[in-house]
Amino acid sequence: MDAHAPSAEPRTPSPARERVLDDGRTAVYRHPLPVRVWHWINVLCLIVLIPSGLQILNAHPALYWGNASTFAQPWIAFGSGGDEPAFPSWITLPSWQDLADGRSWHFFFAWIFVASGLAYVIYALASGRLTGVLWPSRRELRGIGRSILDHVRLRFPEGEEARRYNLLQKLSYVAVLFLVLPLMVATGLTMSPGMDARLHFLTELFGGRQSARTIHFLTACALVLFIVVHLVAMVAAGPLKELRSIVTGWFVLSRGSPEETR
Amino acid sequence: MRKDRRAPPLDRRRHLKQLLAAGGALAVSGCDRLSESPRFNAALDSAEGWTYTVQRLLLGRDALAQEYPAADISPHPRSNGSSTPGTDEYNRLASNGFRDWRLAVSGLVERPQSLSLEDLRQLPSRAQITRHDCVEGWSYIAQWKGARLAALLARAGLRPEARYIAFFCADTLEMTLDGTGRYYETIDLRDAMHPQTILAYEMNDRPLPIPYGAPLRLRLERQLGYKMAKYIVRIEAVASFARIGRGKGGFWEDRGYQWYAGI
Repeated sequence: MDAHAPSAEPRTPSPARERVLDDGRTAVYRHPLPVRVWHWINVLCLIVLIPSGLQILNAHPALYWGNASTFAQPWIAFGSGGDEPAFPSWITLPSWQDLADGRSWHFFFAWIFVASGLAYVIYALASGRLTGVLWPSRRELRGIGRSILDHVRLRFPEGEEARRYNLLQKLSYVAVLFLVLPLMVATGLTMSPGMDARLHFLTELFGGRQSARTIHFLTACALVLFIVVHLVAMVAAGPLKELRSIVTGWFVLSRGSPEETR
Repeated sequence: MRKDRRAPPLDRRRHLKQLLAAGGALAVSGCDRLSESPRFNAALDSAEGWTYTVQRLLLGRDALAQEYPAADISPHPRSNGSSTPGTDEYNRLASNGFRDWRLAVSGLVERPQSLSLEDLRQLPSRAQITRHDCVEGWSYIAQWKGARLAALLARAGLRPEARYIAFFCADTLEMTLDGTGRYYETIDLRDAMHPQTILAYEMNDRPLPIPYGAPLRLRLERQLGYKMAKYIVRIEAVASFARIGRGKGGFWEDRGYQWYAGI
């Protein structure tokens, strides 16, 4: 690492990573190109995968545990059981009921989702982003109480503090990256009768094909929760500022302390 | 930009909400329109080719679908599609315990066959307790016993041009003028030769019940339920399925479902 790395010496950063704007504020280069590209691929994939997943679930809107379905006693059954689909048309893809189309959308974008996810993980490991930017340090972990309190109040680090991801951000990104997404893919593969012939151990691990299907749904719920929190935080922290940074990479630091800017 | 920053936050939020709502509506109608475009669907369907290639690579020729102990057999399985062909001819055959039923094996074979159920029972058989996965998402576990398809094809002698095995069924799932509502399915030779690929005449130690495809159905354990044709009356070895039905390789395939149903 060179001595001018911004994390080591924030006041004398390398010129490519930081610049002063006309109005005197500082912009830092926060999101490298691969991160931004992956972010928007994910946006596209999830806009397709979640509604097409609900389309598929509409074909049999009940969840079970174990290998086989216990039709008379599902763990959860959605909808009224009548002619109306369990999940309404505005939240499914396509909007009309069509399992075949739903599957086509879902699997095509699942391939893109998995391929780009793998590419990102390789990038994050190779570039040092994982250890340098995403993984929380032990010192940070000790401040978890304060970080939670700040988030509940929708108060976000500003000024110099906003250069880095804060603790809860780091924890949620790491959890999504290494827990939610792998779980999503693994339970999806477990449902495939073809892959099942090779991956018996996954079926065992999840407790059966129907369990894998249920976990696939619950994991999708966790992902939706993450997206909601992510969007609320973005709006609360300043949507234009945040959007600009995930499009251009440059994040503008506000001047002074949080009290002054509010 | 500057002006925007001075706008009251609530106002800004309202704008953003309107923007999101408009974007959402646009996304829904846009995706619907794409769903109706044949060219876009063809692009989406390329994923089927990727899945097929990768699964064939990973699974190899003989990886076996999971088999289960007898204790796991589902007490209440479920049938889907036709619950009976319901034709006069079928009812007549069924009333006689399918003693007069014959399976025709024809197409690109050296020795066309006409086999009774008893003939099929004489062929090398296999019994297996496996999971049936419906495309709709549900599963049940049952025991199946039947003649190995590979043994039957060896008896008929496949000609070198044969690439797929087509199964023609007694049931009509959709009434159409041109007869394309008759159920049929096709599989490739690799699946046809797989040790677990059987023509099942028994389910849970009893003759195959009518809702499950009596007297004979296909078991193709590494794919979804709709591939496993029920009420089979004729098996044909073909070089291509382009001229069968509507040309996509099966009743459901003709209606938009993937030909390769390993996922």
